[in-house]
This record gives sequence, C-alpha cells and structure tokens, in this order.
Amino acid sequence: MTTNDQVEHGEDVTRRNFLYVASGVVGVVGVASAAWPLVDQLNPSADVLALSSVEIDLSTIQEGHTITILWRGIPVFIRHRTKVEIARAIAENADPMKDPENDQLRAQKPQWLIMIGICTHLGCVPLDNSRFQTGDYGGWYCPCHGSQYDISGRIRKGPAPRNLDVPEYVFLNDTTVKIG
Amino acid sequence: MESHKYEPTNRAVKWFEDQLPILGLIHGTLGAGYKAPRNLNYWWNFGSLAGFMLVVQIITGIVLVMHYTPHVDMAFRSVEHIMRDVNYGWLIRYVHSNGASMFFVVVYIHILRGMYFGSYKSPREVLWFLGLVIYLLMMATGFMGYVLPWGQMSFWGATVITNLFGAFNFYDGMGDGILHLLWGGYSIDNPTLQRFFSLHYLLPFVIVGVVILHIWALHLPGSNNPLGIDAKGPGDKIPFHPYYTAKDAFGLSFFIVIFAIFVFYLPNIMGHPDNYMEANRLVTPSHIVPEWYYLPFYTILKAVPDKLFGVITMFSSILIFFLLPWLDGSKVRSAKFRPTTAFFFWLFLLNAIFLGYLGTKLPSAIIIHAGGGIDALTLGRISSVFYFSYFIVIVPLVSRMETTKPVPISIAQSVLDSRKGE
Repeated sequence: MTTNDQVEHGEDVTRRNFLYVASGVVGVVGVASAAWPLVDQLNPSADVLALSSVEIDLSTIQEGHTITILWRGIPVFIRHRTKVEIARAIAENADPMKDPENDQLRAQKPQWLIMIGICTHLGCVPLDNSRFQTGDYGGWYCPCHGSQYDISGRIRKGPAPRNLDVPEYVFLNDTTVKIG
Repeated sequence: MESHKYEPTNRAVKWFEDQLPILGLIHGTLGAGYKAPRNLNYWWNFGSLAGFMLVVQIITGIVLVMHYTPHVDMAFRSVEHIMRDVNYGWLIRYVHSNGASMFFVVVYIHILRGMYFGSYKSPREVLWFLGLVIYLLMMATGFMGYVLPWGQMSFWGATVITNLFGAFNFYDGMGDGILHLLWGGYSIDNPTLQRFFSLHYLLPFVIVGVVILHIWALHLPGSNNPLGIDAKGPGDKIPFHPYYTAKDAFGLSFFIVIFAIFVFYLPNIMGHPDNYMEANRLVTPSHIVPEWYYLPFYTILKAVPDKLFGVITMFSSILIFFLLPWLDGSKVRSAKFRPTTAFFFWLFLLNAIFLGYLGTKLPSAIIIHAGGGIDALTLGRISSVFYFSYFIVIVPLVSRMETTKPVPISIAQSVLDSRKGE
C-alpha cells in the first residue's frame, strides 16, 4: 500500500512539475514577446534611419580652415589642412598615443581631414585650436573634460578613449565629397 | 496606548470606516495613532519637508504641462511663453525649478541626518534602501526635467550624461547600440525629448509609491531618535499628532520663507545662463556644468582617466550607500556617543562639499596657488579617494574599534537627567 501510494504520489509530482515548468516557460516567452515591442520602440524609427547622405562642395573652404556640417543630426568637421599641418601629422605618427593610427589612414586625401566632430569621451563638440588656442597638439580641444586631439584628430591627452571617428565618404570629383 | 486607536463617533464616518478603514490608516500613520520618540529634534523635520516638496513639484509640474510643448521646435519657445505670457507662469515655473533644488537640499539633509544618528542601522536597513531608491529616482527625474526647456545646458548636459551609458562597450557596437536605444536616433533629438518628458511625468508618481513603502517600513520599528536607543515604555513616546504635526508645521513655515527668498529674489541663482539660449547641436558651451546636486559625483567621474572605469566609479559612489548598514559595525547608533565617528562624519561632509565645488571647475583650473599650483583634477582625485576610503576603511574600522560613550538607559531617563543638569 505505502509503496503504491508513494509511486502514485511521485508520478503526480512529476506530472505537476512538468505542467509548472511548461506553463512557466510559455508565460515567460509570452511576456518577453509582449515586452519586446515596448523596448524596440525606443530604437531609431524608420524615418530617422532613412536619413540620406550629404554632398559637400569643398571649393569654398580656404586652406587652414575648418567647416562643420550636419550629417544625421551630428556635426562633421571638414578641415582643409596646410602643408605644415600635414607634415606635422605624419611626423607625429610614431609618437606615443592611446589609439595609435597613421595619419595616411585617416585622410583619403591628405589636405582634406573629414571626421565626426564628437568627442569620443562623452559626446561634446571639440573646439578648433586654430581659433581658440586651448591645446598643445594643434588640433582640437574638448571643453567638457579637457581631451586634446592632434591635427589628425587623434587623441593625445585627456579621458577620451578613441581618436575622432572618420565617417564613410567618397570624393565624387576634386571639389565634391559625399558623406554617408 | 489603545485609547489612541481610531474609533469614529459619527455614524456616517463609522459606516464608511467599517467598509474602507483608510481614515484609521491615516490616523495611525500621520495622526495621533503613531507614537514617535519624545526627543526628536528639528533634524527630524526634513522627512515631512521632503514630502511637502514632492507635492509642490507634482502640483506645479502638472500645471506647467498645461502650457509646455514637448517638441524640439517648440519646447524652448513654450517655456518662454510660460515665463512671459501665461498668468503667473513665471511664478509657477520658478517654484518648480527652484523647488527641485529645495527638494534636493531637504533630502540631502534628511540622508545626512540618517547617517549621523545611525538611522540606517538594524532594524531599519530596508527603510534606508527605500530612501536611497527614492533618491536615485529623484536624480533621474531631475536630470530629465532639466532637459525639457531645451536650452544649451539641457542639450549638452543630456549629451554628456547619456553618453555615460556608451561606456558599456563590451563588444563592438554595443555602446552605440545602447545610445541609439536611449536617444531614438543618432544624437539627442526629438524622440529623446519626448521620452524624457513622458518619464519626467511618470517618475514622480513612482516616487510617491516608494514614499508610501518608505513610511510603511518606518512605522514597523518606529522613528529613530537623536539618542539612537530604542524607545521602550510609554514614557519614551508621544503621539505624532498634535506634537510633531505642530513641530513640523512650524519648521515648514521657516522653510517656506527660505524657499520664497529663492523664488522671488534669486530665481536663477541655481540655474545656468546658457540655458536661456536655445539648444544648438553645433556649439558646445565652453564649460558644461550639471545641476549643483550632481556636482560631487561629476567630480568623481572626471577624476578617473578611463571612461568605463570612471562611469563605474561614479555609480559606485552612490550605490555604496546601500552597504552602509554593514560597513558600520558599531552597536551604538547615534554619533552623539561616538566622537571619532562624528569627527569623520563632518570630515566626509566637508569633503563632499569640496567635491561639489571642484565639479564647477575645469580639470586644469588651478585651485591652490602655493608651490607651483595644484589643479582641480589632482584635488578631485585626492577628494575622491577620501570619499571612498570613508566607506571602505574609516567607517568599518572606526565603528568596530571606537570606545563609545555611555548610552542612557531610556529616552525618558535622559530627558529627566538633562533637566537635573539644568
């Protein structure tokens, strides 16, 4: 009798356990699939994703000047570098850096330095040293937490982890560039 | 004790109370039914002041929403419309914006009160946790509220703070993925403003919910008191109403005078002039500062050279408060009987204020001019190290090694002894 009872009891528990686990799994999957749209709606929407590329006429930018354009709502720096600046950027290739990168890889044409104008630390727009004179490396200075970038946009001092990012771009002809 | 049980005499009230005993609940929570220690000083006023500020913020906030437009093209102008055109709009907005600062002042004093008198110690750990949860919710709410006027500081403050979450870049693209999810785009933009507005409206009501839990957790052990000893006999306690309702109301009237001085005479002293310029995504203000109540944590962030480690350190500086009940191993609660603990408490407070001061400075700014000059970054690092060593070294060691002063037998006895002394 007792053994019989125990067996029946044991079978009951197994069957019940299976039902608990099965309904639990169905419940979790159900809640997760209901929650996903509520999370994913936070991601960029289709119209934001559809933002197109921009074409820039470079002929108006004088040597030694930088222009800032908006691409996908973020600033992009386009600097017309002087021969002295290009020479300095290449000469400093071997200097100690947090994120070492050769200047030749950062600019398709050495006189045109095109970078996303957002500090890789916490997203501020760095200031142009040729206008504000606030850094030691002749490039950009971030006013928020003091990161300094050189004339190739490489991080040289301060808390930023990476060099200024270079967006995808192609030269359509000598004076027009397409970003994106 | 039983004489203070809520027993309505009016038949209609009794009929209602029998079916929904909410009046008795209020009576037992904030009325004569709650027995509080008889020796509470004015530092115990700040809990009810915080409750008052929460109500002020919710009421003024609901009114402001009637005139504000959460859209990047219209937000800034709608705030100016409130300031210039809406009847008493200037008053309601100044009460709300200065009210946020007042709320934080009151809550900081409330937290420091708890630290000094050992209110976080057993059996009130959960009460302490709930308070910290309220504080974290307040930080999130305050931050999102500051973004809504869509001024320069709104935009760039939001940029810096949201970028903190990009530090969690454990595989390629993860940091950007988190940021795009937070922003709803590639930068702070209209989707960001609208979700911040939605959450800024929601979170205060979540805070109300946690406040109810906080008061619930308070009423099981009852209030701590300046002596830090348990209130035992009936001689140790007095009914909350009328004694502490009157005391709190008197303190409140003082507080409102100070609040009014800010609203009417110094309404922009805690704000930043840059926020009266509309957000411009091409120009970062030359110097970004968060609201004053985040400044100590901002200094800690700036003190760490590595991005991810800086973010982790900053969050730890707040989360470490959750460990305080166990870091403090003393059997005595109140710092009144722990002179060394009290000394380090005041040192901790001074250091926290100094961290806040450094938060307003550029890292390269020279603060101490003696001997070649010491910059804000160096001092910030020293101060941050002290901040953490207070929790990790000083409190655990001092609380376990200090010889405490004799603690009175009961609250009533201490009151009688002090009368004899006079």
